[in-house]
Amino acid sequence: MIELQNVCKAFDTVSGSVEAVRNVSLKIEKGDIFGIIGLSGAGKSTLVRCINLLERPTSGKVLFKGVDMSSLSKKELLKTRHSMSMIFQGFNLLEQRTALRNVCYPMEIIGTPKKAAVEKARELLKTVDLEDRMNSFPSQLSGGQKQRVAIARALASDPEVLLCDEATSALDPKTTRSILELLQEINKKLGVTIVVITHEMKVVEQICNKVAVLDGGTVVETGLVRDVFLSPKSQMAKTLILPQGNEITRNMSSRTIRVVFDGQESSEPVISNLSLECHTAVNILGADTKNISGKAYGQMLLQLPDDPSSVTRIFNYLTDRGIKFEEVSGDE
Amino acid sequence: MSEFFQNLFANGMGSTYLEAILTTLKITVLSTSISYIVGIPLGVLLYGTSSGSIFPNKPVNAVLGFIVNMIRSIPFIILLVMIQPISKIVMGTKIGDNAFIFYLVVAAIPFVARMVESSLKEVDPGVIEAANSMGSNNFQLITKVLLPEAKPSLIIGGAIAATTILGYTPMTYLIAGGGLGQLAIQYGLYRFQPQVMYISSILLIILVQIMQEGLSFLAKKLDKRIRH
Repeated sequence: MIELQNVCKAFDTVSGSVEAVRNVSLKIEKGDIFGIIGLSGAGKSTLVRCINLLERPTSGKVLFKGVDMSSLSKKELLKTRHSMSMIFQGFNLLEQRTALRNVCYPMEIIGTPKKAAVEKARELLKTVDLEDRMNSFPSQLSGGQKQRVAIARALASDPEVLLCDEATSALDPKTTRSILELLQEINKKLGVTIVVITHEMKVVEQICNKVAVLDGGTVVETGLVRDVFLSPKSQMAKTLILPQGNEITRNMSSRTIRVVFDGQESSEPVISNLSLECHTAVNILGADTKNISGKAYGQMLLQLPDDPSSVTRIFNYLTDRGIKFEEVSGDE
Repeated sequence: MSEFFQNLFANGMGSTYLEAILTTLKITVLSTSISYIVGIPLGVLLYGTSSGSIFPNKPVNAVLGFIVNMIRSIPFIILLVMIQPISKIVMGTKIGDNAFIFYLVVAAIPFVARMVESSLKEVDPGVIEAANSMGSNNFQLITKVLLPEAKPSLIIGGAIAATTILGYTPMTYLIAGGGLGQLAIQYGLYRFQPQVMYISSILLIILVQIMQEGLSFLAKKLDKRIRH
């Protein structure tokens, strides 16, 4: 659906040229929820703007359904943007328009008759659970409600792709979850391909099927979220998955492992059993696990005993159980 | 003191004041409106052609900016004299209320254009980016996003423009125009009736207050960013 080929984007600043995006190649398939994750300044926002050409790549190609975006005329480009909506961290609603008229805007510019547009806008606001706030102005809505209006607005032109630029970064965790659920629903029901830009691994974990890790403007790792999460290869991916990992393991003499739960029965007391069966104690340094319909997901940092034979027993136990783990060292 | 007050409305001055108020209002409202009809597109052009804006064009922006600054830097009274020949061609006369409206409009357009430009600059760049991401063309961007989003600020600018123009109206006395200012100078300066000058001035003050407060109220009322 979307293919980036060696995309570079440089900005001319007073202090010379700055390369925000360097040689990025990505393939986003139809129906994907594709996460692009990285720290602030990694070039995520610039990269996503290269997709709809809000930023014109300095070199490289952006293909949308096989068509090179930069070869399009101005008129064709505007037309293509109708099928490529975008939502933002700051919502960017028209402040002087009601929620309903905000949702009408994309239809106004493609010339949908007013009556049909209002009808559709009502439907869309119903979809995002805001039917009772149709006539509210953005200043009267909460952050989560504003983002819902923005999503409804983004869907008004029947897009094939929805680009989300840090769409949940300004929202609290609960609202974030509900917005992400909404995006997931849109992906499933309407078949909209979604590109999610974020700095939070949680967001990627919750909704994405694929992810690209961005560092210093380049993709350092890409693949299925599962694979990247279970065995991150790049340092950046490790940092994003376990932000406090380096802190915890620094100045530790003993070995530390990161255990990943990927859908084990959550009723099984894995750590207690490990302790009992291996006749040794492990110290839980940190844990971030979730119970999703009886399955355990998440990760745990365990400090192992100094005794090498205990360590071997623990490793064997985990391997037997099919529980994924990897050793973490504090020096990285 | 009582004689002073008795003289205020003596000799049927009441209707003179009324006529002066209407003339002043006519000059102010017409000049402001015409200035905006030309000033809004000019302001949009100044805004849009600036670098990093919606249709950047350095040469156009530089030329426009130069002309605007040039006209703004000529004192009104000198400008008025300078463009009298043009008024003769455009308005058919160099003197009177209509010619004066022409002079005011010429002086106000650059001022209004700058005010419009600055109002447009206040529009959140994020909103413009969102409109761009939806595939808006420039015309839609201007008419559906920029101007509506800047509306409250534009009205506040309008209040400033109108009251400034009102402040210039007394200069009509130079070219045999009418209005409150002319009344004040004619009676106060040449006929030694200072009370007429005071009354005219008070009426001018009241007019300015009504205009300023009325438009500010309107701007606030129309601004949907404020929770009512």
